[in-house]
Amino acid sequence: MLRDNACTPQLAAYLDAMTLHATLDLSTGEGLLACPRCDALHVDEELTSGETARCVRCGTVLAKPRSGAFGQLIALSFTSMVLLMGAVFFPFLEISRMGFGNATSLFGVALAFADGILLPLVVAVLVMIVGLPVLRAFLLLYTLVPLAQGRPPHRHAATAFRWSEVLRPWSMAEIFVIGTSVALVKVAGLATVHLGPAFWAFCALIIVNAASRGFMCQTTIWDAIEDGGLKTDGRELVEAPEAGT
Amino acid sequence: MSGGAQIHDGPVMTAHRAGLVGCRSCGRVWPEETTTCARCGARLSPPDRRCLQAVWAWLIAGVVMYFPANLLPMMSTQTFAGLQGSSEATIFEGVMQLIDHGSYDIAAIVFFASIVVPIAKFIAISWLALVAGRPATVDQAHTRLKMFEVVEFIGRWSMIDVFVVAILSALVQLGFVASIHPGPAAASFALSVAFTMLSAQSFDPRLIWRGLPLRRRSNDEDDGRNDKTE
Repeated sequence: MLRDNACTPQLAAYLDAMTLHATLDLSTGEGLLACPRCDALHVDEELTSGETARCVRCGTVLAKPRSGAFGQLIALSFTSMVLLMGAVFFPFLEISRMGFGNATSLFGVALAFADGILLPLVVAVLVMIVGLPVLRAFLLLYTLVPLAQGRPPHRHAATAFRWSEVLRPWSMAEIFVIGTSVALVKVAGLATVHLGPAFWAFCALIIVNAASRGFMCQTTIWDAIEDGGLKTDGRELVEAPEAGT
Repeated sequence: MSGGAQIHDGPVMTAHRAGLVGCRSCGRVWPEETTTCARCGARLSPPDRRCLQAVWAWLIAGVVMYFPANLLPMMSTQTFAGLQGSSEATIFEGVMQLIDHGSYDIAAIVFFASIVVPIAKFIAISWLALVAGRPATVDQAHTRLKMFEVVEFIGRWSMIDVFVVAILSALVQLGFVASIHPGPAAASFALSVAFTMLSAQSFDPRLIWRGLPLRRRSNDEDDGRNDKTE
């Protein structure tokens, strides 16, 4: 079961305790879950909704299934797409000084800079605050809509969901809102500034993102993708043990 | 099932010790020689010091870009087509201007996000990379993991100053009344933050736990044998 050279008495005892629990195979990794933070092995069990599984060693949350989470995540992804549309096309800030007014949407800003030397900076900023959030919402919808309806996942759903997680740190809508408030203070001496609807759309987006994070359980989604028939090798057949830990 | 009270600090079976490799993206466990996770498609890598090369490379790139980011002007302000003078400000001068304005809270945010956080991150990542894989006690490992999580969480917030410059230069298009242009420091600061984020992402937190002894060091008499690490 275990490579001989790796087996010490303590480990053997530890493994005996583990093997009592479920059908798992230490030579192929079947039925096991490794903590992404500390590599500790855990038996992959089905949790009931509302339970939270934490790593025994480092305390990282491994799974926290919530009932109806897929539906909530789909709704929140749609919400964030709608908000982002508003954020792009509605006026963001309105600035006026001595009769000269200027109200711009992010879209207008992008057009104004389309041929300047600032293009790389503007493109990078727009990608981080609008492009990536839209892309992530889309990838999440692509993954979750078939799963929520009980249909097999779309092709490449696993890749889509993995990218949506990889891109998470790079979508920076909430940082942009704080940046805006700093900019407001800096420009206050120079001109009068009014907040437009797009600014409030970004504020709402922060709340939507936080809610989406609360419902998100990667382990459950991975299991659902696997159970949905994508790239399976029979591993999803691990039964929940009678004596849960 | 939740709560810190159940954290177990004895020896723990890891995927690596069992001759397996865990996927850092989805948690699935595979035989050691597997290179790609068949569930999520992520590349599998054993928890060894190889990832530190990427950590150091991105970190050095981030430090290199941090110098021009602080020495060159972040943005230049022109009022009345230069009649009232134009001014250029580096990150630090920008903070001083905010203090002169009397907006201490915003000055504190900018100072913290653009000066304290990047430098603290450079120090924290180099420390993590230096001690990674060295023998450690369980408490030290928890401290290091906590530090890694803080670095990972806080890194993106340094982008604030870049967004400030982008918003100001985009919105203050009042033509001859006033104009604000981003300086070269904006781009190098953005790159520095991005490189440091990549550096933190390249760090494999599983290395933190590699140096733990296989048994608890509770008994002093067999301390010598307990020094065996993975």
